[in-house]
This record gives sequence, C-alpha cells and structure tokens, in this order.
Amino acid sequence: MISHPPLRDGRSKPHIVSPHLPAALSHSDAYQEAPVAVHAVTRFTAVTVHERQAMLDEIGVADVDELFADIPAHLRLGRELELPAAACEDDVLRELSGMADRNVSTAREVCFLGAGMYDHYVPAVVDAIVGRAEFLTPYTPYQPEVSQGTLQAMFEYQTAITELTGLPVANASVYDGASAVAAAAYLAKLANGRGRLVVSGGLHPHARQTLDTHAVGYGMEVIEVALEGTVTDAAKLRSAMSDEVSAVFIQQPNFLGAVEEVEAVAASAQACGALLVCSVDPMTLGVLEAPGHQGADVVVGEGQALGGRLSFGGPSLGFFAARRDLIRQMPGRIAGETVDVDGRRGWVTTLQTREQHIRRAKATSNICTAQSLNALAAIVYLSWLGRDGLVELGERLLAQTDYSRRVLATLDGVTAVDAAPVVREFTLRLPVDGLAAVQRVHERCAAAGVNPGYPLGIDYPELADCLLVAVTERRTRADIERLAVTLDRALEPERLPLTRPLAAA
Amino acid sequence: MTADRFPTKTIFEKSRPGIRAAALPVADVSSPTSGELLPARYRRAQPARLPSVSEPEIVRHYTRMSKRNFDLDSGFYPLGSCTMKHPPKLRERVLSLDGHAALHPLQSPAQAQGALELMWKVERALAEITGLPHVCLQPAAGAQGELAGLLLTRAYHTARGDRRSVVLTPQTAHGTNPATITMAGYELVTIAVNADGDMDLDDLRAKLTGDVACLMLTNPSTLGLFERNIDTIRDLVHAAGATLYYDGANLNAIMGICRPGDMGFDIVHLNLHKSFGQPHGGGGPGAGPIAVSDRIAEYLPNPRIVRRDDDRRGTVYDLSDDAPASIGRLRGFHGPYAIAASAYAYIRLLGGAGLRDASETAVLNANYLLARLTTLGVTEYLPAAYDRTCMHEFVLSGVPMRRRLGISTLDLAKRLLDYGFHPPTIYFPLLVDEALLIEPTETETKETLDAFADAIAEILQEAAADPTIAQTAPHTTPVRRLDEVRAARELTVTQRW
Repeated sequence: MISHPPLRDGRSKPHIVSPHLPAALSHSDAYQEAPVAVHAVTRFTAVTVHERQAMLDEIGVADVDELFADIPAHLRLGRELELPAAACEDDVLRELSGMADRNVSTAREVCFLGAGMYDHYVPAVVDAIVGRAEFLTPYTPYQPEVSQGTLQAMFEYQTAITELTGLPVANASVYDGASAVAAAAYLAKLANGRGRLVVSGGLHPHARQTLDTHAVGYGMEVIEVALEGTVTDAAKLRSAMSDEVSAVFIQQPNFLGAVEEVEAVAASAQACGALLVCSVDPMTLGVLEAPGHQGADVVVGEGQALGGRLSFGGPSLGFFAARRDLIRQMPGRIAGETVDVDGRRGWVTTLQTREQHIRRAKATSNICTAQSLNALAAIVYLSWLGRDGLVELGERLLAQTDYSRRVLATLDGVTAVDAAPVVREFTLRLPVDGLAAVQRVHERCAAAGVNPGYPLGIDYPELADCLLVAVTERRTRADIERLAVTLDRALEPERLPLTRPLAAA
Repeated sequence: MTADRFPTKTIFEKSRPGIRAAALPVADVSSPTSGELLPARYRRAQPARLPSVSEPEIVRHYTRMSKRNFDLDSGFYPLGSCTMKHPPKLRERVLSLDGHAALHPLQSPAQAQGALELMWKVERALAEITGLPHVCLQPAAGAQGELAGLLLTRAYHTARGDRRSVVLTPQTAHGTNPATITMAGYELVTIAVNADGDMDLDDLRAKLTGDVACLMLTNPSTLGLFERNIDTIRDLVHAAGATLYYDGANLNAIMGICRPGDMGFDIVHLNLHKSFGQPHGGGGPGAGPIAVSDRIAEYLPNPRIVRRDDDRRGTVYDLSDDAPASIGRLRGFHGPYAIAASAYAYIRLLGGAGLRDASETAVLNANYLLARLTTLGVTEYLPAAYDRTCMHEFVLSGVPMRRRLGISTLDLAKRLLDYGFHPPTIYFPLLVDEALLIEPTETETKETLDAFADAIAEILQEAAADPTIAQTAPHTTPVRRLDEVRAARELTVTQRW
C-alpha cells in the first residue's frame, strides 16, 4: 500500500480543478463551464461536457463505460487505484525536491567516485539543445521527411563515435555500457556462430554480470580470465583461447584504471578467429590510442560522460562501433545518408532489414527505443569539446590522476597497487584490514564531505583493502589535497589497534 | 518546420582549425610531462577528427536542425502503439534538481535515501496499477523488459527441472516480441487471430504443448481490441504450465479500469515513455520496468530495493543483492532512474482518478475519431479492419483506397505531412493489408481530432481528382521522399572526409 502524504494546512483536496481551459476557449460555452469542470480530476485532457456528449453521440453510445464493454465485468477493477491523491505541480515538485535533498549528490560533496560513471561538467549548450521540444518530443524517425533533425544528429553522432573508437561504422546508440557489452556478444554469435565468450576480470563488474545474464538466453558460455596485478593476465588469456571462442572482452582502461595491452589481446583473439570486443572510456581517447586502431573488432562503452548527467545511473547511453564487414550484424538503428527525389541531401534509418520491426525473429537485436536524446547530448558535447578539447581534457586527466596518486601514496601506509599507466582512475591500497574497514574509512570521509572512491572489495575479494579513486577535470588541486587530508584522518582510527599496545607499554 | 534553401552541412563540415567552444578549468597541478605519464606506445597517433566549432555555431547548427523535425509539442502525432501523449513540463524541473541529476549511482545507500525511497514508491505505484506485487525498474526500454520477462520465464521453468523451448505470440505482436524470443533462446510459434480480431483459441489449443514456456500477449492487442477470451487463454496457458506475459505497450487503454495481474498475467513490462507521460526523445531514452507475480518474484534481477523500519533511524531503504535465484543484472547500475523520477511526478499529478480519466479519454478520443471518419465517408475507402468498439487505437485498411483512388497507405501518410499532421503507424500490424494504426491519445482536443479527420477526407477527395498529388507527396517538408535504396546500397553511415 502507498502511504498518502498528509495534506498540508488540513486542506481537503479530493479533486484538482483542471488548470487550463485551452480547447474550451474556442467554444462559446467555455467560460460557463470552466470553473465547474465535470472531469475535475483531469490534468492533461481537455474535453468539455458538451464536447463529451457530442462525441458520445457521434460514436452512438450512451456513456464512456459502454466503450469498455469488451472487458469482462469480473476483471473490472471497480474501485479507484490506491495511489496518493492527485497533487498540484507545486506540491509534487516539493515532494521530489525533498527526496532530492535526502541524497548526497556531487554538488554536495567532493567526488572521487567513478567506477563507470563520472562527474564531468555538462556545458549549458547541451541542455539548451536537448531541451528543445523538436528533439525532445518526437518518436523514432519513422517518417524521415519530417525527422531530418534527429536523423542528421544520429549521423553526426555515429561519425563522432567512429572517430573516437577508430572503427569505421557505429550505430545510433544502445541502452548503456553494460548492455552494449551484451549486445556485442550477440553480434559475435551472429557473426561466427561460436558458443564461448572469454571475459577479462578487468571488465566492469556490471558488464560482466549483464553478460552472464544475457549469455543464458544466447546459449553461450562465459569464461572469466583473472587479472595479473592490475591488468589482464596475457598467459591465462592465451590458455583460455580455442576455436570455440566467439569473442574476447576487455576494457580500456580497465575497471582498476590500468591501461591494457590491447594489441597483444587482439593478437590472441585473432589467432583463434575470435572477435575482440573492447569496452572503452571515451574521455580517455584524446590521449589513449583508439582500440579500433589496435585490432579491436567491436568497440563499445558507457557514454554517460559525453554530456550526460549521473542521474543515479540512468538513462545514459551505450555506444557501439564495429568493423565495416560486421555492419549487417549490428544492433539497433543506423542513420545513413541519401538524397530526396529533388536531389537534396538527407538522411534515413538504413539497413532496417536487420531490425525487429522488419526482420522480427531473425533481427540482429530487439532494440526499438534506445537512447536517441542521450546520443544528441553526446554529439553536442563532443562538438563543444572539439578536436583540441578532447586532447586537452585527456592530458588534464593524466596530470591530475598522476598528482592524486602521488599525493595519496605519501600518506602513512597508503600505496598505489602498482606503477602501471593510468589515465583517470587508479587503485589505492589502504593500510586496513578488509572491506569492512575500507567502508568505515569511506563513511568517515563522506561525513567530512569527501567521497574518496569505490571500495574494490565489493567485487574483488583479493583487493579487499583497496579503493578505486577517479578524477575528472572538475577536481582541483585543492580538492585532491583535501582528499589526502580527509583520508589520512579517516584512516587514523583503523591504525589504533596497532598503536594501542605500544601506548599500554 | 522550414525547408532550407541551402545545402545541408554537417557539424564536421563547419569545422575550422583553431576554433573551439570549450574552456576547461585552469590547470593547477604540477606533474611530470605527459610523455612520462603515458608511454608512447599507448598514445593516440592521430587525434579524433571532432569538429572545431564555436558555441554560437553549435547553437545555430542544432537549432536549425531541430526545425527540420516534426514534434509532438507542435502538432498531432497519432502514431499507433507509441502513445504520443503530452509529456508534462514538470519533467524539466524534476530533472534539473541536483539531488537527482548529480547523484552518483554507486553512492552508498545511506547517502541516497531519497533516490531509493523514490524508486520504492514508483515500484509500489506500478504494482498497484498492474495488480502485480513485485516490480523492478532496471529495464531501459520495453524490449529490454521483454527480454527480462523471458529470462525470468526460463529461470522459473529451470528451477522446476522443466526444459521448454517454445514461446507463443499472436500474429499481431510487436516486432520486438519475436526478436526477443530468439535472443532469449526460444523458438517462436505464432498463433492465428480470428475474423473478430480475437486470438484463435483452436490454434492456441493445438500449439499449446508441454514444450511451451510462455505466451506473450498485448492486451488490448495491436489491433486496438480488447482480447475478450482472456479468461480462457489464461486458463489454457496456466494449465499447460506456461507463463503468461503482458506487453504493456497498450496499457494506456486500461489504467484504473482493469489490471494485467487480475487478468492472470505473470509478468508485465510497462513503457514509462508511453503510458506515463515521458517524452520519446526522438527514439529514447525510455524505461521498461517489469512487474511480476509471487511465483516469479524470486528470479527478479538484482539488486532490489528493500525497505525496513529501523528502531534508531526510522524507515530505511537499502539495495539488496542476496536473491540467490535471481536472473542477475540486466544492465549497469539501477536503470533509467531519472525517467522513473519523472514518471513518479506524472503519477502524483494525476492520482488514481486522473490515470483512469486518461485511459477513458484515450478510448473516447479513439472511438470518436473512428466515428468521425465514418461520418465523413472516409471509412468507405479506409474501412476499419474490425467492426468493433476499439480501445485507445484502431486499425484502418487502405486496400479500397488503393484500388479505387490509386493511392497507397504510404501516399496518404506522406500527404498528411503536408497537412501538418504526423501520420499514424503504417503497414503495422502486418495482419492487415495497407494498415494504418491510429492512436490519438487522451491529451488531444476534439478540435484537433476533427481537423485530422477533415484532412484525411480532403486528401481522399483530392486523390479522386488527381492521385499524383498524394503519390508524389510530401511537397512542403524540409526534404521530400528519400531514396532508401540508395542509402542501403551506399551505406554512408559516417561523414565522408
């Protein structure tokens, strides 16, 4: 049952009077009936009493109830839905603001938490464009003559994704980074018909779990290759390879923040005729080589950082690029350039014969609605950042991440797990005993207004004393130094058990 | 919309070296040179060719592009099965609250109590609306909800040592249903629809073997008709040991009137971007939460939201991963949270009576539009596929129109664009030749419905005089009919440099 929020001021609000009189204004009887609208509960409908009667007459029924005669009587609900009573906009916003206030957002703490989603700045121009009703309120561009804005945005987005990833074709979006990984597995199954997926332990845990869930449906087996230090164990990977392997999955940089040897993994995959799927952080691709240039056959990733809000994880965006010869196995929509009957340049959704609405059971995916507006935000963001801005951002991440790692490693007992190259995120070992202790440290930091990162013991038992620390361009030197001071203080109580015997002596 | 006189450039074609919009914060940390931070072998050799443009250029470019779209805020969009209803503007305010928009998904539950409370309340509301008690908000869209539903079905049967390989759908199913069935590892078997638009029960009985895992059904169907034999169907499906899946694409017809759970469905997906007033974004983002019955609950995706009363802290919300029989995770993090938040606002604005009014008005508007088209004589050329009271949408067939006037459903649709209307869904459902699937929704006025009916009548009159006008339509749009064959042959899916 839903608890009904108490009515403020003891006001009784059984019905909300429709706040607008739009359709009614065109009729002479409008002003007579507006104040006593019969359908007082309506908010977004606008049928006057007279109109309703005229409509029922036209249909030839006595009342609306008659229209539902096909629904067997015993299946009728026969009561009102037990939901909180309708509220006015002001009250609803107040309720949702109250909930927002009970969250600690990145606006209220210094955030070094990443692990797949990042606190990058979203420029105002993104909001201005994606807030335009012309982009916000249409559906999938089924009528290309009146959808050129959306279609051209898809085309430009696809171009940007191919440029970032170093592969020649991209689709118009899938749901998110983890879903993109699962979609890539289905592409691999369609492409080579093999039944095994080899997954690096450096792939985001959510992506691995998502892949496991989907593989049951695909009838595929998933084998995980553990990490050696902070990177994929090349020897273990080679030993997992065979001609039964459909695809190999790695992440660049991987979940621990370390830069992987993509070319070496690609060689192992290629030697067995398997596809290499690389999930990549797009914000690193100003400085890191594009996986598509290093032998990856499919490059996917989480696109939230490309002009998207954190929004507690969604909606975000999964991007998906592939080798040209795999385009007929790609999931989702693809915009393609063409001309109209007058020879004018235009765009359509192309290769629709892959899609569910045409190909049905033989479609390359079941995707219908995907993440069009997020993809628009991504292309606007990438246009804002621009060719030079992406490189500068990458350099900035490198410098601030390195600085953070050096500063934090000076704290008593704190070490960087290894010296592997990192771009924007790194693994830090704390002088504490296990995940519970890391979480206590985390809580103390949070209480001091700093989110120090992600406790890796949640997913990696062997890293139970480790923290994953992420940096964005928004984290200043002062923020980093505040993290160092805060973390040092938060570690203090964990150090006590060691010092107490000495004190007693 | 405006038809540009000038050739259309992409943002990449507007790029000029040295121009940029972005300014990053001032660099204030000292570090070794970047060459030392990232060895050369990892370094990008050639920068990505992103556009180099200024902010005014970006704004002008995308604003002009936007004017080449038809959108719901500007005009009637009766796209069948898509529920293009007015998305309340409160959404923008909800989404702009930092406490929601800037909340990291891995924030500890103690620091995300408002978000978990909100998700819990959305779950409870959807449980009440569907009549199914257990809800999961993870699926990103209806199709992902469908996949979840079939993976739940598989887990349910597997737990009982029952291996089943077939999933049934009626001929009228959305394309996502058969695609999902294949992706979930099942074989599709299609059930016929009878002359009245109901499921053919004899065909169902014949195909409902012990190998059937599930029947996926949309009710009202994609014909816009309520499945009158739902009781019999449910009894047959359950007697065969299969699950009954409800595709919620058409829930907008029945909110507060009847509930899938009460009809006996085991698993439901909802489209928050359809029935719950969220904008469609030109093809997403959407949200496809699922609701399930008690016997399916233990298999729901992890993590789940739990609520408990703590002596010290009062009501506490948490995330729980400890459901051993769970099918696992469907995607990253918690699903499309922001859409759930905005859909919650929609539900709060309307309340139970408002949701019922929305459905009643949606059905009233659809039946009125059909009656109006009949009065105007349109249905002599475009007869209703089924002579029944429709629900929130209805199907016309353009076969007589094509035969008598020489224009196809596609021609009619294209000509409607010149009249300022978005056409209905065309050539779906596949069962009806030259189909038009029309869903006006509850947020349209009688005046709009009348104007739309008049436009169709006018187009038919015009075609009787000169069919070439419709055959070569549209004439007033930013571009005219596009060469789809060329697009597929040349496959230019990125910028040509």
